[in-house]
Amino acid sequence: MTVSSPVQPAPEPAPDAAPPRLEETPVRMRLGNRPASYFAKVWAVARKDLRAELRAKESFSTMVTFGALAVLVFGLAFDLRVPEAKMVAPGVLWVVILFTGVLGMNRSFGAEVDRGSLAALLLAPVDRSALYFGKVIANTLFLLATELLILPVMLVILDINVLQPWILVGVFLGTLGYVCVGTLFGALTVGSRARESMLPILLLPVMVPVFMAGVGLTASVLDGREVADFQRWLWILVAYDLVFVTVAFMVFDLIWEEV
Amino acid sequence: MALLGANGAGKTTLIRIISGLAHPERGSSELGGVSFTRAGHELRRYIGLVSHAPLLYDTLTAEENLLFFASLYDLDDPGPRVESVLRAVDLWSRRRDPVRTYSRGMVQRLAIGRAILHNPPVLLLDEPDTGLDQGSAQMLHELIRRLGASNRAILLTTHNLDRAAEWADSVSLLVGGRIVHQETTAALDGARLRRLYAAAEEAA
Amino acid sequence: MSTLAAKRPIPHGPGHIFLLVLNVATVVAMAVLMWGAFIYARPAANLHGDEQIAQRIFYIHMGCNFGALAGYLVSLLGSLGYLLTRNLDWDRVTQSAIEVGTICGLGTVITGVFWAKPTWNTYWTWDPRLTTTTITILLYIAYLLFRNGIDNRITRARFGSIYALVAFLSLPLTFYSARWFRSIHPVVFDGNGNPDGQGGFLIGPTMGHTVGMAAIAFSLLFSSLMLYRWRQLRLEDRIHELREEVE
Repeated sequence: MTVSSPVQPAPEPAPDAAPPRLEETPVRMRLGNRPASYFAKVWAVARKDLRAELRAKESFSTMVTFGALAVLVFGLAFDLRVPEAKMVAPGVLWVVILFTGVLGMNRSFGAEVDRGSLAALLLAPVDRSALYFGKVIANTLFLLATELLILPVMLVILDINVLQPWILVGVFLGTLGYVCVGTLFGALTVGSRARESMLPILLLPVMVPVFMAGVGLTASVLDGREVADFQRWLWILVAYDLVFVTVAFMVFDLIWEEV
Repeated sequence: MALLGANGAGKTTLIRIISGLAHPERGSSELGGVSFTRAGHELRRYIGLVSHAPLLYDTLTAEENLLFFASLYDLDDPGPRVESVLRAVDLWSRRRDPVRTYSRGMVQRLAIGRAILHNPPVLLLDEPDTGLDQGSAQMLHELIRRLGASNRAILLTTHNLDRAAEWADSVSLLVGGRIVHQETTAALDGARLRRLYAAAEEAA
Repeated sequence: MSTLAAKRPIPHGPGHIFLLVLNVATVVAMAVLMWGAFIYARPAANLHGDEQIAQRIFYIHMGCNFGALAGYLVSLLGSLGYLLTRNLDWDRVTQSAIEVGTICGLGTVITGVFWAKPTWNTYWTWDPRLTTTTITILLYIAYLLFRNGIDNRITRARFGSIYALVAFLSLPLTFYSARWFRSIHPVVFDGNGNPDGQGGFLIGPTMGHTVGMAAIAFSLLFSSLMLYRWRQLRLEDRIHELREEVE
């Protein structure tokens, strides 16, 4: 099937008094690969996800509930044998972040596939990587918002003040790296059988550096050490984020060659 | 042009290949002489698709849905265009309601609105009439007629032979992944189409 | 059917002879390694009793480790090769390397556990090398499970390659964080390879030779297992194609 006519330039819009008729409204597309249009699309995808989530609160409420429950269960599990909650708090914090994040990232592309809307995104003249970064922004904000609620829960249940500047920096960097890889793997697993259980299996071994750096950093801060003692963990997190943003950007276009 | 065929004859596959959602196993697909495998996503600007799934976000309103897709298609100043499309599919009064509160027919109309939002020269309609009540079907017919009048290729698949004969300029019968018969609808009505269809099935 | 038979892809040609030679070499090298590990290598001078005997598992342990490392490197090569050329042979390289790598990795960990108990008096420790090896095995297994869940052959190859590439790039970072993790939280054992550390030993010339034998023997073993598996996967795909053609 061949079509030779380009998009027709439409006549000027009708005066304000009458509603515009279909044939008369202009359809102007800004062609070409300008960075501004790329970022506009990234933001459009992110805003669409945020707005849908604000309406339905589908994954956010699940993540917060699961996170709070996990903190509670860990608190109970260690209560009898661990004299000081401070000993387990760093591990609890990062395990909870990892497990909570998986829930959100499963939904990210999962919801698109379940509603059948993924095809609409793929039909649009959008770089796949713009879809990816839009999703990364949305997922990062979801996970950060969830963590903001979980940290006070930890404060109450474990009586540990994890709301310290360097811990928050670490949580932010770790979340970013986690979401970068998680969103990529979420797109990989969304078409496979048993996707809900496949994502954590793929994701957790790859997250080990983030996990160790996060735990190491949190423990050092809770021990009251100097920045010089734990800055290597920050560097690990920064390196991880940089490596995986780059890698994901490069390979994401390969995922949906055909659907 | 209407594309007719039984379930599994390859109608949807053909639509998916033309829209660039799927790559053919053998051979290639071209649009305006440009191969899909090489042109990348710029070609997608020239295609609108209505598929079985509505391809909409049901927690967003009709207006938000169209504005979102307008930004994906780089539409400049999308407001008036979105308004005229919503009016054309008769959803302007419900534009602020989330899509999940819509009836089947309304969702289908919005799906059509989404497909024509960027005024594509190629419009692919995969069974757009399923689940539509009489009024919506009438509106769809009217819309197809209007859209077809302005230098545009419209490819439509359907089960309803009478509709195919009435709506389309030409009809192709698809059996087992092959086009077995092609004819303009000038001398064609539902009854003759049914005979042709039965004969084609028989031969296969 | 005669046309199908004529297209049979792998005849008993030069490839077959190469595999035969490789097999013989592998068997000989493994036999020599056993001789080296049990007879030729002198006992570790600074160890005594059970520790001294257990130390001999080190040669198998190191050998398996070579296999696991080869699996890692070859799988990176295979996934890059597939993404660049889209030739399914590269995907089969990745899969076979990872399957054989999993076996070698498990061998490394299991021999390590046997060795650790008499020497360190514990089965497990968060030594950075041990941690990294274990995570590698988990990645290998995740890769294989993931592949199994994808029905389309081409998608399976592409997604598998993407995962193998992305996931294995995290391993260097895993290794470094595991190393620093311990230096901040000193655990019971100092296994950093210095002879004074618990379980460390002095390498004499005969022991060095035997490590060399282990490297050669296990590289050969890895190659021949991998080549057989690669060939088998290739035939499997071919059977699949032919079956679809017949249907």
